[in-house]
Amino acid sequence: MVQMIERTRERAGLKAISRPPELADARPLVFDTKRLNLWYGNHHALKNIDLPIRENEVTAIIGPSGCGKSTYIKTLNRMVDLIGGVRTSGEIIYRGRNILDRGFSPEELRTRVGMVFQKPNPFPKSIYDNVAYGPRIHGIRSKKLLDEIVEKSLRGAAIWEEVKDRLKANACSLSGGQQQRICIARALAVEPDVILMDEPTSALDPISTLRVEELVQELRDDYSIVIVTHNMQQAGRISGRTAFFLNGEVIEYDETGKMFSNPEDKRTEDYISGRFG
Amino acid sequence: MRITERQPVRPLMDPEAVEGRMKARKAADRLFRMLFLTSTLLVLMVLGVLFYRILSQGLGNLTPAFFENFASRMPEKAGIRAALTGSLWLMAVVAPVSMILGVGTAVYLEEYAKKNRLNDWVRMNISNLAGVPSVVFGLLGLTVFARALALGNSILAAGLTMSLLILPVIIVASQEAIRAVPRDLREASFGMGATKWQTIVRVVLPGAVPGILTGSILALSRAIGETAPLIVLGVPVIIQFLPAGVLDTFTALPMQIYDWAKRPQAAFQEVASAGIIVLLILLLAMNSAAVLIRNKFRNRY
Repeated sequence: MVQMIERTRERAGLKAISRPPELADARPLVFDTKRLNLWYGNHHALKNIDLPIRENEVTAIIGPSGCGKSTYIKTLNRMVDLIGGVRTSGEIIYRGRNILDRGFSPEELRTRVGMVFQKPNPFPKSIYDNVAYGPRIHGIRSKKLLDEIVEKSLRGAAIWEEVKDRLKANACSLSGGQQQRICIARALAVEPDVILMDEPTSALDPISTLRVEELVQELRDDYSIVIVTHNMQQAGRISGRTAFFLNGEVIEYDETGKMFSNPEDKRTEDYISGRFG
Repeated sequence: MRITERQPVRPLMDPEAVEGRMKARKAADRLFRMLFLTSTLLVLMVLGVLFYRILSQGLGNLTPAFFENFASRMPEKAGIRAALTGSLWLMAVVAPVSMILGVGTAVYLEEYAKKNRLNDWVRMNISNLAGVPSVVFGLLGLTVFARALALGNSILAAGLTMSLLILPVIIVASQEAIRAVPRDLREASFGMGATKWQTIVRVVLPGAVPGILTGSILALSRAIGETAPLIVLGVPVIIQFLPAGVLDTFTALPMQIYDWAKRPQAAFQEVASAGIIVLLILLLAMNSAAVLIRNKFRNRY
């Protein structure tokens, strides 16, 4: 499997991914989730979640469908608020403040905690307007500054070279993989602290997937990343730590290398080795 | 290893019986084809007769003088100047009032209102209002605008009544257009810290505008042809001046046509036909605009 990926990578002209560096436990926390419970109406979707997310690391969340991993990541930027009938208890401390407090404005939170979605969702506007959307809603009008932000964000999402000559073209005319990188550029343009990615490669072909994975590795130096993935190999390739969710609970949370080679819980082992899920 | 079960050796469908029924099935196919063709032809024929009658009677009267003259007792001097101007004034009231109220209501119902029983009930009843006969709206206008607000049979009273009449259609069309904007795009906008209002203005409305415009134009074209509410409001037909403002009395194209058509003299029938041609051209122009807008913005997502 690994060999096959390496071959695909060579054919796509991509350089080999550097392994995640040795993890330093001293990294400060970005998010600290404490005894988080969440209900959709009567359905208890998240049960007593305790989960730290560290700065400048990629934290992968794996688990079978319906285990609550998407719900969890959407709680981190309070996108769950958009769904009616959601109740929560417990707390999620972000930079010293509980984001579940009534007083914490979701707009402020989402400005600091950006998101990339499962299906590429560019606006039916030009590439430029897509990337400039975030800065514009936050009140930036200066054409010169917007130009700078757009270029920096597109470079940051490794797509500048492909689109620099057609910034006025409709973003929906790009390929799926390019669209997803535009969406990543769009998230970067707001200059967030954390980027949440909800299965960002599940709608992409293998080569686009590798490009996005490589990008995630590069983004780790400047951002903290939480990525939900269905693909265990992906979690193994790109994340420093992994949390395994099952039926709304965190079964295991550890350094990715350790979890994949030597899981403590039998259920984690079963899932990772492909016995269910 | 086989996954499917082994097929029986003898087929379960008897090929001869199938062959025998083939003829009857094909005959039924032809019969229905003919039936549908006939209904289409019937409709086209009715339309053709209507057009022929109106064009043959009315075209001769469609002179520049017809547009310059006011209504008159003598058919050769009768014109639609007051009626055409009145209809345009009416539209000038109906278009902004109904679109602002309609789109505003649709945005509230789709984007802000919580999904609960009460709101479902409100939504359902707005759709039901679209089916209420126009004469009933005329009575409502008479009670509220003409009498209670003392607007009489002015352009404003008629315009507000017509706005109420087409409001449900505009609301429903706008709701559908807003609902058609993918959820993903709203999430993308919220995900960058946009407020609800910013998301509506920058993402939802631009996506929904073609649908909203198409629905609104079709609704307006209904308002321009409505007669019943104007009759109930007591809008006059013989008017020898042009309105100077929305509080003046006026007359409108369908009222004028209705008045001419019910007169005994044959010459007035021809004048009525000329009026109908003008009204039809207005309607056709509005409907074509709606179709053009719809085609221009199709398949945006």
